[in-house]
Parts: sequence; C-alpha cells; structure tokens
Amino acid sequence: MSTESKTQTVRVPILHGYTKEFYEWCHKQELRFQRCQQCGTWRHPPRPMCTSCHSLQWEWAPTKGKGKVYCWTTVHQALDPAFAEAVPYAAVVVELDEGPRLTTWVTGISPDDLRIGMPVELWFDKVTDEVTLPKFRPQGVL
Amino acid sequence: MPKLIDLRDQTCIVGIGETAYTRGTPKSALELALEASMDAIEDAGIKPESIDAVILPNGAGSGGTAGDFCANLGLQDLHYTTSLQEMGGAMCVSAVESAAVALASGIATYALIPLCSRFYSGRKARQVTSDPGTGLQAAETIRDYYAPFGVAAPPQHYAWMAQRHMQLYGTTHEQLGAVAVAMRKHAHLHPNALMKRAPMTLEDYLSSRWVSYPYRLLDCCLETDGAAALLMTTAERAKDLRKPPVYVMGVTSGHPFPPHDIPNRPDILKIGLDFCAPRAYEMAGVTPGDIDFAEVYDCFTGQAILQIEAAGFCKKGEGGPFVENGRIELGGALPVNTHGGLLSQAHNTGMNHLVEAVVQLRHEADARQVKDAELGVVTGWGGHGHGSIAILRR
Repeated sequence: MSTESKTQTVRVPILHGYTKEFYEWCHKQELRFQRCQQCGTWRHPPRPMCTSCHSLQWEWAPTKGKGKVYCWTTVHQALDPAFAEAVPYAAVVVELDEGPRLTTWVTGISPDDLRIGMPVELWFDKVTDEVTLPKFRPQGVL
Repeated sequence: MPKLIDLRDQTCIVGIGETAYTRGTPKSALELALEASMDAIEDAGIKPESIDAVILPNGAGSGGTAGDFCANLGLQDLHYTTSLQEMGGAMCVSAVESAAVALASGIATYALIPLCSRFYSGRKARQVTSDPGTGLQAAETIRDYYAPFGVAAPPQHYAWMAQRHMQLYGTTHEQLGAVAVAMRKHAHLHPNALMKRAPMTLEDYLSSRWVSYPYRLLDCCLETDGAAALLMTTAERAKDLRKPPVYVMGVTSGHPFPPHDIPNRPDILKIGLDFCAPRAYEMAGVTPGDIDFAEVYDCFTGQAILQIEAAGFCKKGEGGPFVENGRIELGGALPVNTHGGLLSQAHNTGMNHLVEAVVQLRHEADARQVKDAELGVVTGWGGHGHGSIAILRR
C-alpha cells in the first residue's frame, strides 16, 4: 500500500509542555523518550516523576529506533474525518528495544501480515511544517 | 481498625428510576435526570427532602450539578456530594461505592445517584478526543499520542486489547459474536430496550461491517439518550421502605497501571477490575461460583470478555470459550446482561446495569427473570480500563 500518500490528511498533537519537547525531537529526526537520571527507567507518555524511584531528574534519551509489534487494530471506519482517505490502516503499538511503547503506524506491509513480535524499524514522516510523526516499517525493508 | 468486610451489607439500594431509552430526545439532560430521580424517590417511598447526599457519577455531566439537584428537588440540607468522572464508564458502580461509604459512616442518610447519558443527541464518545478541554490526562494522551495515528475513539484503542486477546489466547470472532447475540436475545425480553424488536443471528454478526478490527459494527455499543437513578440508604433504614432492599455486599474500584495510557501497561490485558474484584469478593464473603447473574459493562464485546475473566467467572484467556454455547444467556450457567446491556438495551454508562440487577434481585424481571436469583454482580469499565464491581444480594 502507498503509505506516504496516506499522510496527506493529518491530525496533529497540541504542542505543549513535555509533548512539545517530544515532538520537537521527532522533528529533528530523533525518537527520544524520558529516562530517569537517577535509576535509568524509561517512561512514556511523558510525566514529571519516575515511577520506580520517584526522582524528578530526567533526560530526553535517544533510542536506536528498533522495536517489535506489540498489538494493533486495523481501522476500517474513519471515526476521525481526517483519516477518511486513509482507511483501512493499522494503528500499531510498537515496543522499542529500550522499553517504551508507542502508538504508531507500521507502513510498507499489509495489516493482514502484521504479527505480534514482528521486528520493525523507525522512519520519520514530516506531516506539517511543525510536526513530524515517528512511524515504523518491517526491519530490513526499504 | 476498620476492615473491608465492615462495609458488607451496611447499605442498600432502595429505589430505582429509569426513563425511556431513545435515539433523540426533546428533553434536556437535567429534565431526564430529574425524571429518573423522582421515579427512584417514589420507588423507595421517601420524601425528596430526606436526601442529604447527591453522588454524581459524571460530575455536572450527570445531568446537572449537585446544586441543580438541590434546587429542583428541594434539598435544603445537603451533607455530601462527590463526582467519579475520571472513572469513565466505571463511574456508576464507583458511585455506589462512594454512596456506601458516605452512608455507612454516618455522613449522610439517603443518597441519590442520578445519571443522564445523551450519547445520541449530545456529544458522542467518538468525538471526545477532538476536544482539548476535558482536562483529563487520558484524553490528552489520546489527543497527543494516539489521534495523530488515527486512534481517536474507544472502538479503536479498545480493539488493541481484543486483538491481543485473540492473538494470545485464540479467542475467535464467533466468540465475540456470541456476546453480541446473547445481549440481543435478552433485549428482546425488555420493553425498554432499543433493540427489542431487531433480530440478530451469529451470521448477521459475522456479516456486519468492520469498524476497527477485530471489532465490527455489532461489537459496538449503542448511542442512546436516557437517564436512570438509584436511591441508597443504610440497611437499618431500608427495612421500613416500600420495596425489599437490595444489599450492597461488596463494592470496590480499581485502576490499571499506568491508568492514562494503554500501550505502556506491562500487560494491556490487566485491567482495573483485575485489581478490585478480589477485594469485592473478600468484602462480600462470597465467591464467583456463588453468583447467579452478572451485568457486565459491555461497551464492546471484547471488553465484556475481559471483565468476565477479571470478575473471576473463568480464568484469564478462557473468556472466549466461556461465552459460547449459551452459557451467558438466560437459562445458561451465568446469564450476563439480562437487560440487553449497552450493546442492545441502551448506553446509559452502566447505570442501566445497576437498575437491572436490582430488578432481578427483586424478582420483578418478568420474562427475563433469572430463576431464584439471590446474588448478582455488576461491573463497570471506562476511561482506558478503570474498573469497578458491586456484589448485590436480595
């Protein structure tokens, strides 16, 4: 399926607080998540405190952009009109090798061929002048 | 030190009220909520001014603020009010918990729990994420981290759980369909069910269009308008009222972790009800095997299966086979959603489940009566998987 052409209609996040920082890194072609500077635990979506050690000290730590499919749904009815032209599409939860999981798309593969545990790798989809979304494709497929 | 079991049987549901469920209404949410409230007050046989607690499952979205209910019902001396909005669809059973605590502690004597849901005429659940003003973290997570990828509404992010359940445990489309068909059969026996005349076979289910795989149209609950209300008081006061009391044996709430994001839970199939159900059975002093029927929050078929497991009626992963062969239909081992549920009666955010449980335990359910029903369970689910459970007896 032609994935890139399906990103013409977009729904963008509201860039505020930590979310603004998360997507600013994406816009710079880096997928970073919060990591505790005291105990090293990763977390997402962003929040002030480390669940494990309660430290408020953290950094935006880079990932290598490799992960596995955790689960997905294939959307056939676009409940959000912005996706009317995109259906059917798979909204996938990918687990990064570093630990955090992310809602995303896995492109370049039919939703019917997705499997739990399938290795995927990151690419960046610049959807507007301000927003770049992190997306994935099967590892080794360009 | 107070113990969990100290709350057992201390409070009762003594009044129920329910408007007609419709698609479209000329009435305001407050009018509908007041109509249901007066039904519940009349059912209990008390004077409105006896009410000194108003528990609002959905805050002002329940139909009005506590002030609105005071002003209209003439409540001169309100002692207690609270809101369970963050619980989402688990809010109504959690409201029973809040009422039980307020009543058993002596803070209040008669508690009204009103709820109007206008999912047809008002803003639809599918639209929640396009509104940045809810202030709830769960809604912001959807807006900023799911919606850019086309995950904007419950049938989509809840489908993640159903799909993973199918992948891990082999749950089938036919098993999801068995839930939908059972709810529809029960709705045919309820005069106030939207789908009381609409047939549904498993073949109809399997040929309905996809919404968000593995969910088809007939996996999804209805969007309806209507209101219901409960009146609760202490067990001692309940003895003198018009209808036989329904005792709250156990009632608890629970939260998945982390609550506001589904993907980053260590196991997305571990839901709020997994945390709170064991506490509810401990409070009640009964086991799942003792239960005669269950009214389960069936926003989607897969969520009903997850809750049947979490409420202890079968092991994790065995919910699919459990719902087959008529086991959850009237006459089966565990009738589920004897009113038709959110899927085929109406979507009143689970308040209709509580009303139905009371009707069953009063033995007033006519053609859909569970024979000799003594113990019933009601579950709630909402806001990404918060859970609640009430264990009720006659």
